[in-house]
Amino acid sequence: MMNFADTAVAVRGLRVSRGGAEVLHGLTFEVPRGQVTGLLGPSGCGKTTLMRALVGVQVVSGGEVTVLGEPAGSAGLRRRIGYSTQSPAVYRDLTVLENLRYFAAVLGAPKDDPERVLTEVGLADAAHQLGATLSGGQLNRAGLAVAMLGRPELLVLDEPTVGLDPVLRQELWALFHRLAGRGATLLVSSHVMDEAARCERLIVLRQGEILADDTPDGLREATRTSDLEEAFLRLVAERAAA
Amino acid sequence: MSLVITLATARRILTQLRHDRRTVALMVLVPTLVMILLYYVIDDERTFGRFAPVLLCVFPFLVMFLVTSIATLRERTSGTLERLMAMPLGRLDLLLGYGLAFGLAACAQVALALAVSLTWLGLDVPGPLWPLVLVALLDALLGTALGLLCSAFARTEFQAVQLMPVVMIPQVLLGGILVPRARMTPVLEWVSDVLPMSYAIEAMARACADPDPGGEFWRDVALVAGSAVLALLLGAATLRRRTP
Ligand SMILES: Nc1ncnc2c1ncn2[C@@H]1O[C@H](COP(=O)(O)OP(=O)(O)O)[C@@H](O)[C@H]1O
Ligand SMILES: [Mg+2]
Repeated sequence: MMNFADTAVAVRGLRVSRGGAEVLHGLTFEVPRGQVTGLLGPSGCGKTTLMRALVGVQVVSGGEVTVLGEPAGSAGLRRRIGYSTQSPAVYRDLTVLENLRYFAAVLGAPKDDPERVLTEVGLADAAHQLGATLSGGQLNRAGLAVAMLGRPELLVLDEPTVGLDPVLRQELWALFHRLAGRGATLLVSSHVMDEAARCERLIVLRQGEILADDTPDGLREATRTSDLEEAFLRLVAERAAA
Repeated sequence: MSLVITLATARRILTQLRHDRRTVALMVLVPTLVMILLYYVIDDERTFGRFAPVLLCVFPFLVMFLVTSIATLRERTSGTLERLMAMPLGRLDLLLGYGLAFGLAACAQVALALAVSLTWLGLDVPGPLWPLVLVALLDALLGTALGLLCSAFARTEFQAVQLMPVVMIPQVLLGGILVPRARMTPVLEWVSDVLPMSYAIEAMARACADPDPGGEFWRDVALVAGSAVLALLLGAATLRRRTP
């Protein structure tokens, strides 16, 4: 039975077609509240498409998606979900702070929220820099900061750590767990399997189907390996044999 | 729709403009410079007096069309539109935000062009100035609205720039500038009848010549305003929260 108190996202039989081909083939899964859930899988497997369906900007062809107890895309959800797209959606011709102030106004977030999120993502020094002059890692964090405005209950983060140096990646994962500690639910996608170890729960996707939906330990046990990358390969081999 | 979000959007777009001084300079100066050039090319105040209203009409439209179509195209391709569509922003908030911001920019543009025309270039307007300003602003809004609409049909900025002559040239050719509309072949006259620029040019000519513009002026103004609203609504229809 689905329990709205413990379940942030419930997806049932989700089908999505893009460019004339079906890319998600009837996904069913749940994302627990207050945890960091990883959405793992190789490039092109449908992570971005799935996340777009959750935030309600993707045309879907079938299935049910319930987010925080409401159908995905409901007007009431737009203040409760923070979404950061894979390529950072910030205005390159505005400063970081101007970007944050605008999105905060759209969300009706508190006046001091831009400064707060800037400090949390460690970007306070670049507050007055134009988006166009930021480095890739800074741009990523600016996009992440926008998603954190207004303290959303659910954060949907599309590959937020890809291409970052190890120190920064470590800092961001610490931040994700801090946010979850305050009660937020995070769904974080990545195509790098070694990030899976940092999540409390994993959904492994391949070619639009779920390969595994488990805890990292559960996954290691089921595939009899301690290495999550190896675990992924064994899952693929098992699926091929079946 | 929310007033707060609309105003925040207009403010954001003006801030973007503020960071791009060159575009502002081009936007504000180009119409005036062309007026001055035309004045010296024609070198005859009476003929200039006939062409000046047309330029005051064409330029706000042209510049706003171009700036808006590229700005909204960028919004579509950079992912900021997708982000906004996941937020509590109404589609009209975005469109009206653009209309307001660029409408203000158009005010500066028209004010300078008018000021220079009326003083240095000796343009003689017998009646009050407000009908001219009104038509020029409506024109700018029409350009903004059509730019928003057309940006939906372009995939790249290069395509967006190519759309400009497609939208502009027929409107200018058929607007009654080169040949009076009544002297065109019936088919062309009919096309001219449905192009909003024809009415804008007519209204501007009346505003410049007539000290007390009457019912026909207002009919033209209403048609231009109606076209702008229609384009804005069509533009809103091309903005989708969910995309394939
Ligand atoms: N706009 C689009 N039009 C057509 N096909 C698309 C579009 N976007 C993505 N796809 C296809 O959908 C599939 C899943 O893409 P995506 O969700 O972006 O994967 P991921 O985020 O896991 O890399 C891929 O095969 C991709 O080629
Ligand atoms: Mg992706």
